[in-house]
Amino acid sequence: MLIIDKEKCIGCGVCEDNCAFGAIEVVDGCAVVNDNCTLCGACVENCEPQALRIDGGEKKQTTNLEDWSGIWIFAEFRHDKVVPVAFELLGVGRKLADERGPSLTAVLFGAGLDEGAAELIAYGADAVLVVDDERLRDYREDVYAGALEELIKSNQPEVVLAGATAIGRSFIPMVANALGAGLTADCTQLSVRAEDGMLLQTRPAFGGNIMATIECPHARPQMATVRPRVMAPLAPDRSRSGEVRRVVIPDDVLDSKIEVLESVSCEQDNVHIQEAEILVAGGRGLEDEKGFALIRKLADELGGAVAASRAAVDAGWISYPHQVGQTGKTVAPRLYIACGISGAVQHAVGMQSAETIVAINRDEKAPIFDLATYCVVGDLFEIVPLLTSKIKEVRGT
Amino acid sequence: MNILVCIKQVPDTKDVRLDPRTNTMAREGVESIMNPFDRHALEEAVRIREEYGGSVTALSMGPPQAESVLREAISCGADDGVLVSDRAFAGADTWATSYTLARAIETVGEFDLILCGKQAVDGDTAQVGPGLACRLARPFVTCVQKIRLLDNDSLVVERMMDDGYDVVRLPIPALLTVVKDINEPRVPSLKGKMKAKKAEIKVLGAADIGADKQCIGLAGSPTQVVNVFTPEPRGDRTKLEGTPQEQVAQLVKALSAYL
Repeated sequence: MLIIDKEKCIGCGVCEDNCAFGAIEVVDGCAVVNDNCTLCGACVENCEPQALRIDGGEKKQTTNLEDWSGIWIFAEFRHDKVVPVAFELLGVGRKLADERGPSLTAVLFGAGLDEGAAELIAYGADAVLVVDDERLRDYREDVYAGALEELIKSNQPEVVLAGATAIGRSFIPMVANALGAGLTADCTQLSVRAEDGMLLQTRPAFGGNIMATIECPHARPQMATVRPRVMAPLAPDRSRSGEVRRVVIPDDVLDSKIEVLESVSCEQDNVHIQEAEILVAGGRGLEDEKGFALIRKLADELGGAVAASRAAVDAGWISYPHQVGQTGKTVAPRLYIACGISGAVQHAVGMQSAETIVAINRDEKAPIFDLATYCVVGDLFEIVPLLTSKIKEVRGT
Repeated sequence: MNILVCIKQVPDTKDVRLDPRTNTMAREGVESIMNPFDRHALEEAVRIREEYGGSVTALSMGPPQAESVLREAISCGADDGVLVSDRAFAGADTWATSYTLARAIETVGEFDLILCGKQAVDGDTAQVGPGLACRLARPFVTCVQKIRLLDNDSLVVERMMDDGYDVVRLPIPALLTVVKDINEPRVPSLKGKMKAKKAEIKVLGAADIGADKQCIGLAGSPTQVVNVFTPEPRGDRTKLEGTPQEQVAQLVKALSAYL
């Protein structure tokens, strides 16, 4: 529970302002906590007189931490290809493994995996555990979870990372629950604490309004899903060598209650905003669907793709696959041009790692300008067409 | 078909903003709402009951004030509401929450289907649905965008994937998490509101569900928050000046590397 030291509390009210749950208020010059408290710790962090602390009670030690070693990444394989997030996981996994000493292992499930395993080694894996089985060709929650649980139990890795994709987000929590392991969702930063080798997992919370760093002090493995497009992959090196270990999983684990009847790739939804080097994005400021025609023209001129804020998608001006932000996609293009987007944190977390950000907005106080490399305060209906024709002119010569 | 829907009360995060001067969260006008994804789970449950009969129970874990989302659920068609509430649950991460919900559901009764929203918008983890399925040892599918077929012992659903969707058959009893595309939730009816007002919300505490103290709340959570901070702003900004024509000219020059 949250303990308030009445001697130290000065009744400043910072904790009250910091509480997203309305769980703390200042009464007669001293903070008082109510039942809404979730022990998130935001108040403790910001209490200058250090009048607040969280008493967690006795934590149980579930395992001998020394018995677990090695960094694992789960390499997603779908429709006969390794999913790019696997290479990003190897990029960050390589750094963690180099700091922590032990090796970096990729786990690959599916059917027909030779090529994929070789690719994972080129991208940084020291070893690849391959479960090549027809029963793993289709993604099925129960068999993927069962097979990974089995492998973790028999090998005891210290850290297990997976992509925060539709697949990773669905079966990894089941594995963590079955193992009694801690799991942090959608991490955007991972590091190792020098003193004790603990994995520090940082993720956005409250729609990206705050960042939280999380650790799993008592349980193993330390598990996290990692947001795609945030970590950088290493350049592939085909001359790297590594061990490919084929593993057989017991039949009863691969027995599924689930049957995949069909797997449909949606062409019309295949908007690869995460792959585009240049994105032109529109928000509420476009006023209606027609506003996106301006955005499209500029994107076409730049050879880029069109993205959107949640407000524009919610208004029905453009489809969901274009959406950037906490509830949409995370993008990291070389150039991101935000037109008529206010830049609420929910949007910002999805695009702030772009190399260069241009913001065009009428409201000079819009938070997007805090992120932008170049700020244009003005009417987008005037600026965007001017920009399109100017670029055309420059490129034409 | 007896259905249980898990519902969370959350702060309306889309209205939450950081005050750049004080670096604190501006909460004025931020209300507690029913997690938007859960609203779709509830609607789907009510539609299934309307077609096949049975009952819809809404269940929420949270502080005493979360009772209001259960009343709201009843006004939108749920038959009854159960609040799982105890100070001992505070500080639960997704692991401890999955455990607590599973114990509570086992205490309440047997259900053919358990429906959850894909994720709650305050934490955005999407971990509790699958965790709960694991605890209850029942098959599950996440991110369901459509229930195509439903009979007594199986259902066929469309599961949203990053590159399209899969059509999946699974047996009942089952657990599904749903995305917003699955339906358009109704607004509460007048009759529903009357019913919600009078409804008795059952409250279950740690002792009622036979919870192991080592598995609930902060003590039962393998993950621990060590630091909370606000994202760093980028520091390299240039404000362009002059007429729109002048600004555009400067911008095109600055962006020459990308053209």
